[in-house]
Order: sequence, then structure tokens, then C-alpha cells
Amino acid sequence: MKPILKVENVYKTYGNYTALNNISIEIPKGSIFGLLGPNGAGKTSLIRIINQITLPDSGSIYLDGEPLSQNHIQSIGYLPEERGLYKSMTVGEQALYLAQLKGMSKQEAKKKLLFWFEKFDIGNWWNKKIQELSKGMAQKVQFIVTVLHEPKLLIFDEPFSGFDPINANLIKDEILKLRENGASIIFSTHRMESVEELCEHIALIHKSNKILDGKLNDIKQQFKTNTFEVGLITDNEDELLQEIGHHFNFEHSSSKLIYADTKLIIGLKNGETSKDLIQFLNAKAQINHFSEIIPSVNDIFLKAVASHN
Amino acid sequence: MNKLKLIVKREFLAKVKNKSFIVMTILSPLLMVGLFALIVFLNQKNSEEIRTVAFVDESNLMESVFIDSESTKYINLTELGLALAKEKTNEFYYGLVYIPKKDSLNELASSILFYSNESPSLSLVGDIEHNLERKIRDLKIEQLQFDIEKIKAAETVVTVHSENFSGEKSSKMGSMLKMATGGGFGYLIFMFIIIYGTSVMRSVIEEKTSRIIEVIISSVKPFQLMMGKIIGNALAGILQFIIWMISAGFLMFAITLILGPDATEVAANSTQITNGVVQQVQESAMSDIQLALQEIKNLPILTMFFSFIIYFLGGYLIYSSIYAAIGAAVDSETDTQQFMMPVLMPLIIAIYVGFSVIENPHGPIALGFSLFPLTSPIVMLMRIPFGVPWWQIAVSMFLLIITFIGIVWFAAKIYRVGILMYGKKPTYKELYKWLKY
Repeated sequence: MKPILKVENVYKTYGNYTALNNISIEIPKGSIFGLLGPNGAGKTSLIRIINQITLPDSGSIYLDGEPLSQNHIQSIGYLPEERGLYKSMTVGEQALYLAQLKGMSKQEAKKKLLFWFEKFDIGNWWNKKIQELSKGMAQKVQFIVTVLHEPKLLIFDEPFSGFDPINANLIKDEILKLRENGASIIFSTHRMESVEELCEHIALIHKSNKILDGKLNDIKQQFKTNTFEVGLITDNEDELLQEIGHHFNFEHSSSKLIYADTKLIIGLKNGETSKDLIQFLNAKAQINHFSEIIPSVNDIFLKAVASHN
Repeated sequence: MNKLKLIVKREFLAKVKNKSFIVMTILSPLLMVGLFALIVFLNQKNSEEIRTVAFVDESNLMESVFIDSESTKYINLTELGLALAKEKTNEFYYGLVYIPKKDSLNELASSILFYSNESPSLSLVGDIEHNLERKIRDLKIEQLQFDIEKIKAAETVVTVHSENFSGEKSSKMGSMLKMATGGGFGYLIFMFIIIYGTSVMRSVIEEKTSRIIEVIISSVKPFQLMMGKIIGNALAGILQFIIWMISAGFLMFAITLILGPDATEVAANSTQITNGVVQQVQESAMSDIQLALQEIKNLPILTMFFSFIIYFLGGYLIYSSIYAAIGAAVDSETDTQQFMMPVLMPLIIAIYVGFSVIENPHGPIALGFSLFPLTSPIVMLMRIPFGVPWWQIAVSMFLLIITFIGIVWFAAKIYRVGILMYGKKPTYKELYKWLKY
């Protein structure tokens, strides 16, 4: 399938500082794509280029197969990390204004706004001014404005900041629904647990370079260290540990989820498989827990960044 | 184009719906008219008050000098003697003129005294001095045995009328008029640029601090946003000026009706006309007024109107885009000081130069500053009523338009980068770097 967004060899410099160094990314249609990286890595620069707020020094970008142009503004919805609203305008007025700037007609915008306001249970906010609303309330309005024109590509930069857990959940559900309805989503955040939960693909940018890119599952496979966590029941623990120690590297696990006296993390050597480990353990003790340790996005993030420093 | 319209509309409405705008729009004409009414009222009050001035004329020569006028009544207290007259005056009257008896008129002239409680009104003392002078002169003429009537007949008032080489006449009143229109136009532009340039800047800063800017420029080009702001604010300003003009005109009219026709004459009445030459002065005044009327007709009204529009637009666009760039470069209004000074400088210089230009509308200073694009909108407009060769206007407008394009380009670059920069206040060096991003 054609990617919704294709970024090819993009360079961007500010004076002597290189913000993006030869970045290429493909975002598959209908997926949620996590754009990760430490602060100052160049994520915002890339997002701004995709939104045509700034132009790349070189490189090209294609949206749905076409070179990116002003016509695509309607096809993109962007929720920036630094976001706000006009303080002295009413909620309804500015939502209408922002929708019209995205190319919607006034009637259409109004109809859809009323629908969303109803959905988020904020119908009575229409005539309120932003300064009367709390931060979380304003965030809801911003979210609505971002998705209102039903863009093909949505870019969320830290979408959950400022939300309480209830509203964060509401927004997460909406994001998933948008994906179901065919939108593709770029999701930039520092909250790794939500990446874990939402993203199918990720790319990691560090110091202006892309250092990691691909399906989250593939990356996890790539980063796993052939390590297993086991729970064993045995009469003679010392003997067991000694025997395991002869064949494998191990350390004790402190996992609370394993209900056994002997909890171990065992690393396999090259060429060995889980099958070998199970056979070995099965002969010595009763196995009540056996699981492969898959690195979390957080671990991958830290590892990848550390290895490029 | 459609987006530009949306932005202009929003900026216009945001400005017009603002409480301070509404208050200013309604209050200003009331204040202006109120001030005018107050001046007229005070003037009338002043002229209604009649001062009584006593005099003691020991020389017995000057009685005929003290003739009651509209604002002053004279009382002869010569018979009481100086001491009593002083007491009485202190109690009842405004002041006392004491004319001692002297041998010669010259001695007399230097020994006249005016007693009063407070320091006397300058114009009153001036009038008395003037009348005494004339009387003493007449007496001297008599002593010298000249024929007073003949001398009076010989008195003339000279008015120099000026005319240019193509035969157009001009008068002093006409020159005043030209100064007033030119100065008025120049000053209007000056005020408009400062008030609405600052308002553009505020609006830029507001979008930056409220962090809505990134959402907006993901939908429109920064240049569109900047121009939308500039145009929207200008429209709000024009609306405000129109409202001011109409309501001020209407209120003036109403005030004139209420206070009676006197009000408008107050200013004209202030000139004093002396006895002997009344008629002649009146005649020349008449012809002066006719000339002035003639000159109003002869003013290059069309040129003035069109050049006002062009200089107004050019000047406003140049300065407001600089203001927009400043707004984009900083995070809050308190940070703008450093950048405001260099912007205000040429404007202030233009106003100062403009008022001296009125004295010498065709000198090298006038020419220079009316060509220099940062001052030309003000200075050239002040010159135009005096007649400016068409090539100078053409060169000045050409420079204005070139500069306008250059400055807008330059401001748009700074604006584009600045609106996304938060945190520290940039230096001039950094601003220069932004141009290259």
C-alpha cells in the first residue's frame, strides 16, 4: 500500500545548526506512527516542515503520492505541543474561524462543531470566552478544531498533556476511532506507555538524525536480548541454581507477578532457543512461569539514544 | 485570497469589539468637543466680566483717553486725590491709573502708575498704554503746531499681497490655511501610524503569548496572517476616524447652535482694530478673506487628496509591518522598548522637520525629508499645499513604494521566524540571521 506520507532526504539548517540531517520516513496509511526523540532532537522541525510552516533546505515530501503543496493544508490536522486559543474570543467564534481557515464553509463547520460539542458534552460553552475555561477545557476545544475538517493525516504533539486521566482516556478513544475511520496519525510524545499502547510504527530521531524506524513489533524483536523470566518450584534451590549457572547466565528476578520461590531472569547464548531452556529446566524443576522478556519502548528509547551518544 | 479575507475580518472585529476601542471611539469626540466648548465658554465668561478701572488725572490732559469699552469701565476719581482714590480702588475697583502733573510730556510719559491688588491683566495695561501713547503723541503734535487732521489723513496701513509668476494671488491667511491643512494631514498620518502600528504589534504579541500562532500558521502563510492583521487594523482605524469626523462635526454643529453664533467669532474677535485706520484695515481684511477663499479654491485639492491616500497607505504599511516584525521578535510588550526607539525616531524627526518645513516649504531640508521614504509621508504632505513640482512627488512616491516592498519583505522574514521563537529576546545580530533562515 502507498504510504500516506513520504519524507525523502530532508535537510534543514538554522544558520550553523543542523536541525534535520537527511531524514527519510514513510508513514503507512491508516496507522498510528510514533515520532519519538529526546527534547531538541528535531521532531518539531520535522512536524513544522510537514505542516508547511517552514520549508526544508532540500529533500521532498509526498502526501498520498503527490508532492506536498498548499492544497494539502486541508488534508492535515495539527495539534501543536505549544497550543492556545484567542483569549478574548468566544469558543464558538474561534472554532468557526479556525475551521474556516482550514477551508470549511461556515455552515458545514457550524454543523460539525455542534456535533462534536455535543459529543464532548460541552454544548453550553459556545458563547464562553477562553479565559473563563480551565486548561483542560481549552484542550478539548483545540482537539475538536484539529480533527473537525476530517483530515487524512493527523499530527498530535503531546496530545494528552493538560488532561486528567478521564479526559485523556476520552481523547485516546477518539484517536483510535479516527484511525478506524481511515485517518493516519503521527503521534509525538514523551509518554512511552501511550506509545506502547497506540503506535504500530515508530521512528526515533536523535540529534537531528533518524536512528530507528520501523514496525514496533519488529523493533522489539530486534532489541530483545534472548532473555527469559522463569518461576521454578524445587526442593533444593541451591543445587538448581548451581546447575543453571553452569549452562546459562542468570540473575534473580523481583517480579511480583510470579508466584514461585525461585524467580530468575535467564539469558541464552547465541544459537540457543527457548526450547533448549525449557527442556533443561523441565528436567530439574517444576516450571510455573515462563516468559520472554520483550524490551519496552522506554528501554528501546534509552538504549538507542545511549548507543548514539 | 479567501483566507486573507477571513483574517482581515477577524482582526477587524477583534479590534472593533474591544472595549477600549469602543470607549475611545465614543469618548474622544465628546472630549474634544467638550474641550472646545469649555474654551468657548471660558472665553465668553471672560468677556462678560466688566472691569472697573479708576483713574486720577492730575495733569488734566488725559481724561479723553478713558473711554468705556465692552470689557472695561472707567471712573474718574481725580477729585478725591490720590490717597483716597487708592483706598477706594482697593475696596471697590480692579485698578487705578495715576497720572501725575509734570512739566513736560516726556516726563509725564515715564511717570504714569498703575495700582492694583493682583498683577494686572497684560492686555488691559497694554490697551491703556497704547491709548496714552496716542494721546501724548496728539498733544505733542499740537505743541509742534502740526495739523492733526492732515497727519491722520497721511496714515496708511500697508498689506503686502503676494502672487506667483503664473498670476495666482496668495495671502497670509492663505498661507496659514496651507500650514493648517498640510500640518493637519501630516499629523493625522503620524498619529494613525503610531496608534495602529502599536495595535498591530500588540495583536502579534497576543497570538504569540496565547500560543495560538502555530495552529494558525499551519493553515495560512505567515505573510497572509501579517498582511491580514495590518489591513484589519487599518480598517478599524479608518472606521474610528470616520466616526470621529462625523460625530465631532455633528457635535460642533450642535454646540454652535446652543452657544449661539458668538462662539465661532470668538477667535476672530481677538484682533484689536485701532481708531484711525479702522476702515482701511477692514477693507484690506475683506480683500484678504476674498483672496483666502480664492486660494482655497486654488489649493491642489485633488493632488492633496490622492497623495494623502498614497502617503497614508505607504506610510502606514511600512511602519505597521515594522511593528509586526517587532511584535514577532519579542515575547511581551515590555521587551519592545529597545526596538521601538529606532522606529519612532524618523516619525518624530518628520514631525519636527515638517513644522519647520512650513516656514520654508521649498528649501533643501524640506526637499530631502520629503523624498526620504521614512519621513516623506509626513513631510511631503505638509509641503504639497504650497505647490510641489510633480517630479518631486513622483520620485518621492517611487521611493516610498520601493521601500514599502522592501520593508514588507524584510518584516515578513523576521515575522515568519520570530512568531515561532519563544524565550529570550533576540539581539539585532540574531534578527539579521533570521533573514537568512
